[in-house]
Amino acid sequence: MKVPLLEIRDLSVGFQAEQGILKAVDRVSLKMEEGKTFCLVGESGSGKSVTSLSVMRLIDYDGGDILSGEIFFHGEDLVRKSQEEMIKLRGYKLAMIFQEPMSALNPVFTVGDQIAEAVMLHQNKGKKEACQDAIEMLRLVGIPAPEVRARQYPHELSGGMCQRVVIAMALVCKPEVLIADEPTTALDVTVQAQILDLLRQLKAELNMAILLITHDMGVAAEVADQITVMYAGVMVEEGTVEQVFSHPYHPYTLGLLKSIPGYESKRGMDLYAIPGNIPSLAQLPQGCRFHPRCVLAQEKCRLEEPVPHDLGSGHMVKCWLSESAEMSESTAEKR
Amino acid sequence: MSGIPLGESPLAGNSLGGGNPGPESAPQVVSLGRMAWRRFLRNPFAVAGLIVLLFFVIAALFARFIAPFNPARIDLLAANLPLGSGAHILGTDELGRDIFSRLLYSSQVSLLVGFSVAFVSVFIGTLIGAVSGYFGGLIDTFFMRMVDVFNSVPLLFLNILMLAIFGSSFVLLICILAFTSWMGVARLVRGTFLQLRETQYVEAAKALGTSNWRIITYHMIRNATAPIIVNATLMIGGAILSEAALSFLGLGIQPPQTSWGQMLSNAQQYMLTDPLQAVYPGLCILVVVLAVNFIGDGIQSAIDPRRKVRRPRRRLGR
Amino acid sequence: MNAPELAKKQYLLETSGVKKYFPIKKGVLNRIAGYVQAVDGLSFGIFPGETFGLVGESGCGKSTLGRVVLNLQRATAGQVLYDGRDLTKLQMKEMRNLRRELQIIFQDPFGSLNPRLPIKDIMGEPFRVHERVNKREIDEKVIELMHLVGLDPARRNSYPHEFSGGQRQRVGIARAMALHPKFVVADEAVSALDVSVQSQIINLFMRLQRELGLTYLFISHGLNVVRHISDHVGVMYLGKLVEISLTDELYSHPLHPYTLALLSAIPQPDRAKKSQRIILQGDVPSPANPPSGCRFHPRCPYAQVLCRQEEPLLQGTGEDHRVACHFPLG
Ligand SMILES: Nc1ncnc2c1ncn2[C@@H]1O[C@H](COP(=O)(O)OP(=O)(O)OP(=O)(O)O)[C@@H](O)[C@H]1O
Ligand SMILES: Nc1ncnc2c1ncn2[C@@H]1O[C@H](COP(=O)(O)OP(=O)(O)OP(=O)(O)O)[C@@H](O)[C@H]1O
Ligand code: SF4
Ligand code: SF4
Ligand SMILES: [Mg+2]
Ligand SMILES: [Mg+2]
Repeated sequence: MKVPLLEIRDLSVGFQAEQGILKAVDRVSLKMEEGKTFCLVGESGSGKSVTSLSVMRLIDYDGGDILSGEIFFHGEDLVRKSQEEMIKLRGYKLAMIFQEPMSALNPVFTVGDQIAEAVMLHQNKGKKEACQDAIEMLRLVGIPAPEVRARQYPHELSGGMCQRVVIAMALVCKPEVLIADEPTTALDVTVQAQILDLLRQLKAELNMAILLITHDMGVAAEVADQITVMYAGVMVEEGTVEQVFSHPYHPYTLGLLKSIPGYESKRGMDLYAIPGNIPSLAQLPQGCRFHPRCVLAQEKCRLEEPVPHDLGSGHMVKCWLSESAEMSESTAEKR
Repeated sequence: MSGIPLGESPLAGNSLGGGNPGPESAPQVVSLGRMAWRRFLRNPFAVAGLIVLLFFVIAALFARFIAPFNPARIDLLAANLPLGSGAHILGTDELGRDIFSRLLYSSQVSLLVGFSVAFVSVFIGTLIGAVSGYFGGLIDTFFMRMVDVFNSVPLLFLNILMLAIFGSSFVLLICILAFTSWMGVARLVRGTFLQLRETQYVEAAKALGTSNWRIITYHMIRNATAPIIVNATLMIGGAILSEAALSFLGLGIQPPQTSWGQMLSNAQQYMLTDPLQAVYPGLCILVVVLAVNFIGDGIQSAIDPRRKVRRPRRRLGR
Repeated sequence: MNAPELAKKQYLLETSGVKKYFPIKKGVLNRIAGYVQAVDGLSFGIFPGETFGLVGESGCGKSTLGRVVLNLQRATAGQVLYDGRDLTKLQMKEMRNLRRELQIIFQDPFGSLNPRLPIKDIMGEPFRVHERVNKREIDEKVIELMHLVGLDPARRNSYPHEFSGGQRQRVGIARAMALHPKFVVADEAVSALDVSVQSQIINLFMRLQRELGLTYLFISHGLNVVRHISDHVGVMYLGKLVEISLTDELYSHPLHPYTLALLSAIPQPDRAKKSQRIILQGDVPSPANPPSGCRFHPRCPYAQVLCRQEEPLLQGTGEDHRVACHFPLG
């Protein structure tokens, strides 16, 4: 088997709080291969951004601690690297597109300078050449009149343009691994299609591995090779797009798919929503973390945490129901 | 229209919450002020600075009781005693005045001048900078021209003029020093406010109907603390030294009152024969300025919720 | 509500010919070198109690329109009538008082929250600004608001950066809803939320609308969401409204070529539908230098000579369906 380019093994990340350490991410594992796209979906607050920030080791600056686990990149454990070593990798081999474009940009520099900065830092290019690269990249992400835009400040651009600037910044050094935290949420569908196309193209060209975090199931279905569903800090389902979307198994995944507007509900009517809320990290439920909201919950779910179960060919589900065949039939009926 | 209390409104029944426990079971949260204080205490430099400063303040306050001699008592027979001469711990100066006592009494004047000048000038500078940065336009132009004018007036000239008109006094000295040093703060704060003005949370505050005054004093100031605190700490040292310069010209503190600055300028004449005379007040100024800087730094990170004191990395589970 | 009934009613908010131009400054002297025509002459109306969906390319001026409508940025030209009053001409004091009825949920869930304020103060601010209430009452209201949007009240002392993107967005929603406004501009209010929380919030929006008669200007890229929640939908392209219609009508019979392209680009969880996508050719033109005639012509597959020369006007074809195109699709 091929050695994965980036492998996350049993990663747990916590935040110091009054109540003690809150685990925002609990034993997450991921294997990313070159030229593949991995999608992370899940409820808001389920630890997707924290996972990605941990890979970049930016979580240290957010007050988070990697409690356990390893992140292998080219066979080296990123968790053990110092920040100085990470600086050399970040923005170069490992790039990230942040969820909030506005806060990732410095308000006092023009966007062109900010992109060029990365080039000058990592690729030993002169200012002029770097600016050229920056403009070229802006053009690639579909910003009209990039020469003009490069000389503007972030607040003079629309939300979607800032987002594209951030994308350009991440891509300008042609990284090996790209972590994209909701890169297209701020974009309209046509530009989104364009950006996704660009990502696909670059992925093929550079043999880049992409970790894509998104809320949009449509986007996930379109670009992902592998999908991981997270809930309250743990992975609950994992598999290929086909497996997860066409044969979803975990009740949470199912609820998620049902909530898509237009998937099931009529216009103007209430949308389907999973009842309740994601639990607070300080008071995680016993057993299966989803059980207070799960329609299929049983006694066992309340007491014991389910173990990952392989349904075959890499389709992992973390739900007690997946254990026994009869039960899965009864779930199928209830669906 | 008066606000509908949420409890009676249709909003009340619509809670999305369900999984989460109600407010009664919410764990007792630590007050934010106390959290900031805790963060401050975790910074060893800041705490050290605070202790040193407190030490100086106490010494100044109780100078009367601590000082072994009257600082103005001239005793030509005991002039120029060296370090450690019996009752004169730090020796005496050319007129036989006890240096240690003089240092203690000087600290009263110097600290008072330093802190009040810094306070007044930072206050004025912040106000003017904030207003001109926030409103921009004509107001900004007006205040910035004013800054230029103040910058071009020579401090000495102004001081002589003022003293000639009003006579010399301590309050006047503070006012003059403050009025001639707020411009730097104003410039910096204006720059910060120009930036903050474009942020969305300021726009959000406007969208709520918040008054301009409240936006400036409640929403923006707290995001502009960095330049303000840095300036305030620098200003304290600066004011102590400016006072020294004026005193040197005989325009500041008048004898028999003394200040560190005055001692320093006095010691200049004896640089070659008795250099230690200059070292003592110089050292005092240095230590106070450093302490204040550390404290400023500590406050700065204590009130910034994003800055966490770095803890050693824990790795559980192995 | 059916169409003729709507037509008889008064608009709650009506714009006529609003424009917003931003100067482009150049060089050391900050000479004005031109204008970004972010919003260029929009006229439309929103009925009380309805949701008006606004969609369009990123950078076409949707957020700017939202701001201009609330008078957060003064319109360069044109009128914004709210309840019969022209907002652009109101005194500052009057405008401030009116703000409790007019609210906005910002696009950027991080930027719109003050990083130095704990979220309880952020959500309590509307009460402090507009109501005489004491600390304890504010605290109670904040806790209720947090329940309302599904946040854990125990975390009210935390700062914005300690929350996930979706949680922050909910803080923004809570702040906007705190004073029971009459008109809310929801600028990408649910884009940062995952589908399940999104459903909850949209259900909340709709419930508040039913019960309090709220009116929304709902700006979103999520065409599925817009379809679900809106009564009318307007499509913008480069500062202009190109099509406006009842929701079902627009989604089933788009008349403008741009609308069609937009609709075809909706990502589908179902991979089979992907093939029908219309990929627009060419670059998005710059709003500083928009194309002559129909602004869409350089990218329009149906463009003719006339399109380059003459600007199409927004004209009615059906009962409630207006389109700005010389050769609308039929
Ligand atoms: N700096 C921090 N301090 C304390 N808690 C934090 C911090 N950052 C994140 N969290 C908490 O960790 C959990 C996971 O957050 P994360 O940002 O990973 O969510 P997410 O899955 O990216 O959600 P979204 O889709 O809304 O962006 C949340 O409950 C959040 O409140
Ligand atoms: N303060 C400003 N100064 C100069 N130009 C601006 C300013 N604000 C917006 N613009 C410009 O106006 C145009 C419209 O911006 P706006 O934010 O309204 O777009 P939008 O439709 O909301 O896009 P998105 O969907 O990406 O948020 C853009 O070209 C933008 O660059
Ligand atoms: S383990 Fe039980 S509670 Fe958890 S998802 Fe499966 S059925 Fe539901
Ligand atoms: S007016 Fe012409 S160019 Fe414009 S949308 Fe219609 S057909 Fe296309
Ligand atoms: Mg996130
Ligand atoms: Mg916008």
